[in-house]
Amino acid sequence: MKADMKKLVEVRNLKKYFPGSESSFFHTGNDVKAVDDVSFDIYEQETLGLVGETGCGKTTVGRTMLHLYRPTAGSILFNGVDLITLGEKELRHQRRKMQMIFQDPYASLNPRMTVGSIIGSPLDVHTKQDRKTKQDRVQELLEMVGLNPDFVNRYPHEFSGGQRQRIGIARALALNPEFVVCDEPISSLDVSIQAQVVNLLEDLQKKLGLTYLFIAHDLSMVRHISDRIAVMYLGKVVELADRDEIFLNSLHPYTQALMSAVPVPDPDLADKKHRIILEGDIPNPADPPVGCNFNTRCPIAVDKCFKEEPVYRETADKHWIACHLVK
Amino acid sequence: MSPEKEMEQLVNKKTGKEYGRGRSPAQDAFREFRRNKIAVAGVIFVTLVVLVAIFAPVFTPYSFAQQNRYSNRQKAFTGYDITTDFAEENCHWYNTPLEWGCTFYIAGSDPLGRDLWSRLIYGARVSLAVAFVASSVSLIIGMIYGTISGYAGGKVDMIMMRIVDFLYSVPLLPIIIMMTVYFKALARRGVTTGFMGTLIVLNRATGGLFFVFIAIGALNWLGMARQARGQVLSYKEKEFVEAARAIGAKDGHIMMKHLLPNVIGPLLIIESLQIPGYIFLEATLSFIGLGVDPPTPSWGAMINEGYGGIKSNPHLVLFPGIALALTTLAFNFMGDGLRDAFDARLRGRK
Repeated sequence: MKADMKKLVEVRNLKKYFPGSESSFFHTGNDVKAVDDVSFDIYEQETLGLVGETGCGKTTVGRTMLHLYRPTAGSILFNGVDLITLGEKELRHQRRKMQMIFQDPYASLNPRMTVGSIIGSPLDVHTKQDRKTKQDRVQELLEMVGLNPDFVNRYPHEFSGGQRQRIGIARALALNPEFVVCDEPISSLDVSIQAQVVNLLEDLQKKLGLTYLFIAHDLSMVRHISDRIAVMYLGKVVELADRDEIFLNSLHPYTQALMSAVPVPDPDLADKKHRIILEGDIPNPADPPVGCNFNTRCPIAVDKCFKEEPVYRETADKHWIACHLVK
Repeated sequence: MSPEKEMEQLVNKKTGKEYGRGRSPAQDAFREFRRNKIAVAGVIFVTLVVLVAIFAPVFTPYSFAQQNRYSNRQKAFTGYDITTDFAEENCHWYNTPLEWGCTFYIAGSDPLGRDLWSRLIYGARVSLAVAFVASSVSLIIGMIYGTISGYAGGKVDMIMMRIVDFLYSVPLLPIIIMMTVYFKALARRGVTTGFMGTLIVLNRATGGLFFVFIAIGALNWLGMARQARGQVLSYKEKEFVEAARAIGAKDGHIMMKHLLPNVIGPLLIIESLQIPGYIFLEATLSFIGLGVDPPTPSWGAMINEGYGGIKSNPHLVLFPGIALALTTLAFNFMGDGLRDAFDARLRGRK
């Protein structure tokens, strides 16, 4: 990563709590802390990978950044503009520049709309183009994502998962966004299709100068596409660094355990590999442990970890971490 | 529908060919529906009844209110004592190739000497008006109410649904009966001014049907609202709605473009299965004298007029009864066919 890159998105102390499930009229339950005090930056034209276990809050981070959920606290600066302070109209204007690619290509396309009207719908909302311009743009987008432009009048149910995901990508790109949140865009696809879609995303990034937040739990895929990687655990970012730094020189015990779980294609090497197996389950995010929230499963936890919450800080150059045991 | 229409004649820039067109889920359902013979028979019968009702004057020799006091309680295909003067004066078929129909009553005559056949045909108008107008009224009110409630969620949803629950707990039929009795009393007194007066004038203009519409609409939009809300709740969480929100679409746009088109199919099917119930409800109200005003013929009212003499003149009950039964049956078959065609899980089952 080059030092002169401009920050596109700055997330500061972002919190998103959902009302607790046990809360009732008579009794307020604990809020589920899906995202609890998260800060990071995304630089222009880079890909930030966001990894973590199921339920650690990665999707919530992505959706809150696009204001699909209203944040509980914190700020999201996009090109220096704080999205949280914006009114509805200004927010709608900002939405042109940030889009999302969804996880499930079967649920993310309206079954009653044709492909042409799905891809054209952002144009309908934000522009007043005439039919001809709009239809040219839709054709251009279909070609851009590698689909036959003749498909405009087809319905989503006539396509395969990979094709549907391409339609979703075309819709996200319709308004020439700068920033795209990819919410596990490949996890519901076949392995062979996954590579195609990831390569398409990379090509589009080069061609259009896009910035990605790439949410995933497939570590090797994240390593392939990301410039930097953030690791989340129980609503917090525990480590953030350059891709190779995370994979080769991870400092946080959770990241180390995660990296040791990456499958190695060579059986001899795989036998020699030291695997760190974590005990126990992820704690309830409505009732996180006192101190470091990883202390229930951490193999190296000391007394301090059960009392004080570690500060999220920059240790080495551009290497952020939240752990007491790392100097 | 408009975006699809817009895309219809797109031409490929490069090849100059017209694009192929995809099959929408509705088109798939239509193909499925055509294969269901009983449902198609139901549609054909309903279409026939609709045509006959629209062109009722062509299919009837006499007006539904035309009395012939020398020829009351005639059996079917009798009534040869109709005088030439009477026929010439009152028969619509006089001086046409169908002139023979003027000399006897096709389905007999009622105690007031009115042609039962003509009353049956005109009675179809009432039943169909109830079937289509009342069901549209309850569908539109229920769908809008339920969609708003489901989409808004939270407190708004809570309050709107508690109102529905409250109305559900009130026994509406007795209230409607009381209201209708009250309205009819006002109408007899000749009130024509103010809000009530407007309603009464409207009611008179529709031959007493207006209050039937109100009654059926008030009874049935509640169920529709609940169904619509349930459908909206299931679609609201789908990612394509999130996607629309990420694009920046307004709430109204999301409801109109993304929720309603998905919700309306199942609701139409539920509504089509309710139609026989509406026709029966109208017949019930007319049977107890709270439906259409005389002399407007309604099958329910005709059964009421005839059932006293069911032993001596069974045709007075039999003909409207058969008409009612066949029509509701046809609507039932049609509704079942629609449900099977739109519900992919039921496809292929017999």
